[in-house]
Amino acid sequence: MVKVTIDGIEVEVEPGTSILNAARKIGGDAVPPAMCYYSKLPGTGGKCRTCLVEVAAGSTADPRPMPKLVASCSTPVQDGMVVNNKTSERVHNNRGGVVEFLLANHPLDCPICDQAGECHLQDLGYEHGSAKTRYEEERRTFDPIDIGNKIKLHMNRCILCYRCVFVANQLTENRVHGVMHRGEHAEISTFIEQAVENDFSGNMIDVCPVGALTDRTFRFKSRVWFLKPMDAERSCSKCCGKAVVWMFGNDIYRVTARKDKFGEVEDIDGKTAWLCNDCRFEHKSANDWNIAGPRLINRHSVISQGKYATSIEKPVKRIG
Amino acid sequence: MKNRRLLLEHVEVPGIEGIEVYVKNGGYAALQKAVKKMSPEEVVEEVKKSGLRGRGGAGFPTGMKWSFLAKPEGVPRYLVCNADESEPGTFKDRYLMEKLPHLLIEGMILSSFALGANQSYIYIRGEFMYVLNILEKAIAEAYAKGYLGKNILGSGYDLDLVVTPGGGAYICGEETALLESLEGKRGNPRIKPPFPAVKGLWGCPTVVNNVESIAAVVPIVRDGGDAYAAIGIGRSTGTKLISACGNLARPGVYEIDLGISVEEFIYGDDYCRGIANGKQLKACVPGGSSVPILPHFLVTKTATGEDRLMTYESLAEGGFASGSMLGSGGFIIFDEDQCIVRNTWNFARFYAHESCGQCSPCREGTGWMEKVLSRIEHGQGHMHDIDLLADINKKIEGNTICPLGDAAAWPVAAAIHHFREEFEWHIKHPSEAQTRNYGLIQQPVVA
Repeated sequence: MVKVTIDGIEVEVEPGTSILNAARKIGGDAVPPAMCYYSKLPGTGGKCRTCLVEVAAGSTADPRPMPKLVASCSTPVQDGMVVNNKTSERVHNNRGGVVEFLLANHPLDCPICDQAGECHLQDLGYEHGSAKTRYEEERRTFDPIDIGNKIKLHMNRCILCYRCVFVANQLTENRVHGVMHRGEHAEISTFIEQAVENDFSGNMIDVCPVGALTDRTFRFKSRVWFLKPMDAERSCSKCCGKAVVWMFGNDIYRVTARKDKFGEVEDIDGKTAWLCNDCRFEHKSANDWNIAGPRLINRHSVISQGKYATSIEKPVKRIG
Repeated sequence: MKNRRLLLEHVEVPGIEGIEVYVKNGGYAALQKAVKKMSPEEVVEEVKKSGLRGRGGAGFPTGMKWSFLAKPEGVPRYLVCNADESEPGTFKDRYLMEKLPHLLIEGMILSSFALGANQSYIYIRGEFMYVLNILEKAIAEAYAKGYLGKNILGSGYDLDLVVTPGGGAYICGEETALLESLEGKRGNPRIKPPFPAVKGLWGCPTVVNNVESIAAVVPIVRDGGDAYAAIGIGRSTGTKLISACGNLARPGVYEIDLGISVEEFIYGDDYCRGIANGKQLKACVPGGSSVPILPHFLVTKTATGEDRLMTYESLAEGGFASGSMLGSGGFIIFDEDQCIVRNTWNFARFYAHESCGQCSPCREGTGWMEKVLSRIEHGQGHMHDIDLLADINKKIEGNTICPLGDAAAWPVAAAIHHFREEFEWHIKHPSEAQTRNYGLIQQPVVA
């Protein structure tokens, strides 16, 4: 085990753990935000640069500070490493810069975006963004496209985290979408208008941190904060069948995977509880599910947290 | 000749691209010496002694890079030659490969021998298809002579050498993006660590070296590392190819001894013979488009009034405030008629186009800078844009996955630092800026 200090809090972790995962072990304010890293999808991370932290001391053996800020999701800890996240002015400034870059071409259409209320970029913008944009140029725009009959791709909102590409690589039989073009013109797209159709493609919606990939069976049906999330289960031959159903009265509006406090799909019985498309899209009747009870969710998001009106002292509340 | 010493010594011999003429002029003598009389470790030792530094731009000592190569049992090691030369202003590798393909091939064999690699690659820029044909012809000749293939010159050492063209992306000159591309994937830089010396091509230990670095191994092995180190000053040893372009009387590729003065290089009869058409020097980018630009009064002298020399150290003297870098040796000269704003926009446009789009600061930042600079250049700028650009630079620099972000930020930052008044003039006089150039900036009195 190695000892690492993050924002003055010491924690012991396995050698080879990333700084981000060590911080997640501590929890609370010590955890850097992560837009592209997804612990359940090996290989993700390093791209969005929102998790940059300052390494004030590299290790006990070599206590020199690291000259650059490092991506905490892809930098392994060393014994005696001292990391500053929330406590570093430099981190705060540069993270603000990254958020500004992410928002430069991102439309501010939260009022009509289905992701609003559970959008990581919205949270990040709330915490680190500035009230006014300095970006005066014309924004890059794309037309929304349907990739298959269940998923809508709104490329304008995409931050190119590559998570959905990893989902396709790791959960589905073959990947028919990916990143096309370069630089500012890079976009997620399918191979010559091919539809993304396989049993696990719906998980792309769950891992998308923004409103770029949305559920076509749910689009514009309701704002997420009007719905009650309930833990539910059904027997399914393709996936674990353990999901969250989002209800209004006795109607199920949408089905998602169960997510933990970092917004990632939970591990249940040692396996990540990815959902198959059958459970996600085809079972929208309360009779299809055994509903266990209200879901304890982390109300991390801007709107559900009620940051505008109430205190943020108790971020975890029981809804319903 | 003074400007053709080690690498380019025989460049003008007719037919030197063929193996017969190359061998007649002393070619493959170093290879004979290495495989027959030296061990791989001794070759590495000579390269270390020579003080050779990576000629691709970063200037990292080649011998040290080689010694970092992990050597686990039963795992192949690879040498990859980075011939993806695409930095604006740099064209030395193309010249070398075009004229002296066998020098690179001999260097590849020597370096592979030193590193214990049995399969090596030359990753060449997609636009250099005609060079690829030259190299493939030369490689076929080397196979026929027994310099490549099984049991090279009876030494028991085997090596296969393959040339692979890229798709024509600047980013594939970044070593990990190059490896991704070589593996047949999208050329996105990898997240480091692990570094290629531990986990490179196909997950095996790999060394990636520039064309010129590999070619320089030939004279180092032939004459010994000490003889090579005797040329140059301090930690800048040996000779360096400089591709001089811009408003020079005699642009071209020169092989200089590191340590000659910048003044001699620009004005000397053996080199560029001054600024073209009797104009005055305005600015200089000494190491390819990604290094900071220098205003005329900092080109031949440092801020402290000392002579500036063509060395890694002297060109960097003064840091980013008053210095630059030797970089890849793409030496670009601007005369009094050139517009710094337009040039900075041109560079920014290049980096915006070549950013891979993987990490957010570079993807969004380079595009943003390009748009702001384009506005300024086309008479739509505001005064606050200058500070905005400086701030975008700071947010990109050091926060990206690979050095392309830094390379995009530095030229803009330096241009604003040194030529701020020209940017201001552009913004204040938008219509005038469309029809004439600002001219020379005022030379401050050097104490």
